[in-house]
Amino acid sequence: MADAIPTPLDGGVLHEAPRRVRSRRGPLAYVLRAVVVLYLFFLVVWPVSVVVQRAFAPVDGKPGGIGPLWERLTDPAAIYAFNLTLTISFWAVVINTIFGVGISLLLVRHRFPGRRALSVLIDLPMSVSPVVIGLALVLTYSTSLGLFGDVLQATGLRIINSTPGLIMATAFVSLPLVIREVVPVLEEVGEDSETAAKSLGANGWQAFWRITLPTIKWAVVYGVVLSAARAIGEYGAVRIVSRGAEFNGETATLLIQNEYQAFNEAAAYAAAFVLVVLAVLALVVVTVLRPQESHRS
Amino acid sequence: MSALDTERPVPAPAPRRRRARRSTLTKASGVGLGLAVVWFSLLVLIPLAAVVIAAADGGWSTFVNTITDDDTAAAIRLTVAEAALVTLVNVVMGTVIAWVLVRDRFPGKRVLEVVIDLPFALPTIVAGLVLLSLYGPDSPVGVNVVNTRQGIFLALLFVTLPFVVRTVQPVLLELDAEVEEAAASLGASRATTFRRIILPALAPAITAGASLAFARAISEFGSLVLIAGNQPRHTEVASLKILKYIEGDQQAAAASVAVLLLLVAVVVIVALDLISRRVAARG
Repeated sequence: MADAIPTPLDGGVLHEAPRRVRSRRGPLAYVLRAVVVLYLFFLVVWPVSVVVQRAFAPVDGKPGGIGPLWERLTDPAAIYAFNLTLTISFWAVVINTIFGVGISLLLVRHRFPGRRALSVLIDLPMSVSPVVIGLALVLTYSTSLGLFGDVLQATGLRIINSTPGLIMATAFVSLPLVIREVVPVLEEVGEDSETAAKSLGANGWQAFWRITLPTIKWAVVYGVVLSAARAIGEYGAVRIVSRGAEFNGETATLLIQNEYQAFNEAAAYAAAFVLVVLAVLALVVVTVLRPQESHRS
Repeated sequence: MSALDTERPVPAPAPRRRRARRSTLTKASGVGLGLAVVWFSLLVLIPLAAVVIAAADGGWSTFVNTITDDDTAAAIRLTVAEAALVTLVNVVMGTVIAWVLVRDRFPGKRVLEVVIDLPFALPTIVAGLVLLSLYGPDSPVGVNVVNTRQGIFLALLFVTLPFVVRTVQPVLLELDAEVEEAAASLGASRATTFRRIILPALAPAITAGASLAFARAISEFGSLVLIAGNQPRHTEVASLKILKYIEGDQQAAAASVAVLLLLVAVVVIVALDLISRRVAARG
């Protein structure tokens, strides 16, 4: 579906308009500029800066600054939460990368019945509400009311309210991200060099490691960054499949919710600050990687 | 990140010979495909089917009773109304922002580019907290939107900001300036040029961005948890209603509302596919 919707955010490309309209800059241009700047300032810039400010603000008469912020972040509950978030995200990204690269190769390089349907379905996770994703996993894997409940009960394997469920929820929400990056690159490069390598006697694995993987390297890296950022920030699906209690399935995003609702706003702002920094970092990496990828060939 | 993802769907398979039905799978890739499909089914297809099954389990009457329950119907109406309003604002503001980013030049414009993507990059719960810090209980500007419909509107506006901008921007960049200049030199006013030349060219992109924004607004959850306050018939949206049903152990009812949301998602995907095909055919 997407070929027609131009891909946004092609990094630097957006800044170099090939043909620029000789601007007949009337008062309207200035009005529009002012409207846009004010809109973005009130909707995004100011609120985000207040969060950062609050993370460093003094609390209950105690001085603010980096020291107290660090203290709040090294609180055992916070350490547990960030640790859990990183563990879950790591496994979700690993699974999605292997699955994503594999399925991209299959979709681009092979023809089989149901291929078109698969490529449409792959995109589904992005359009489903996170709560519905959580509910879907509970209805399938909960031992008490899930579709596979009896089987899981028999094997003693717990998925819901446990780390495997969190990994599945996170893998679900970030599933298409690697595929979306890799498929266009595979389509663009074609399979000439792979065919050449094979005709020269390389087997499938050699062709993959020596030829295919180096060509899609940057697309994979880019997809991994996007998936990691999405995984770390996931809240809705995780909320449903996790107990979300302190030291018991409380991820970083759940910690923010719990602390805020327990009127412990300082701790919520501290954790939120870390996630804001990670998000901005991911954005920067993405903008830096983009041009590199387009210089690939 | 939720960033930059929703607006970049998996590209359709490259143009191919129609009805090239023969499979080209080797033995190894066949096994790989099998494994991939099993995992995809276990992770995505079977769970989503389980939602539909749970909704259908109580029969048609349970489904109808759930979604016509006063509180639930109010939640669904509120969700659709808020999403429609937010989409409308996005259509106007998104196009204006894209216009300014492409056609205007001023110091700090590149910063705006990053600012646009920030709402996608931020975790949704952080988005909620971000808005609360300025427009919440301890607001430095004296505005408190907690437990109000305005709060829901604000949160939805925040999380849907990039959609229209990012779909319109590339089209605007590609737009041939000479056509506009020709129209102007033939005596068309700027309003006429905009209405007759620019708007038709942008329409498909605006539509695509608007449907993405609408779908997102309808299913939004994380950013609303701290803001909406969850009062039945006042600030309770569909996703929060689902949460309430789940926490009240009413899975079938939760599934019924979820199926409605799924339906909307599917309709939007299909609509997008149709739009992009039409554009492709024209290009």
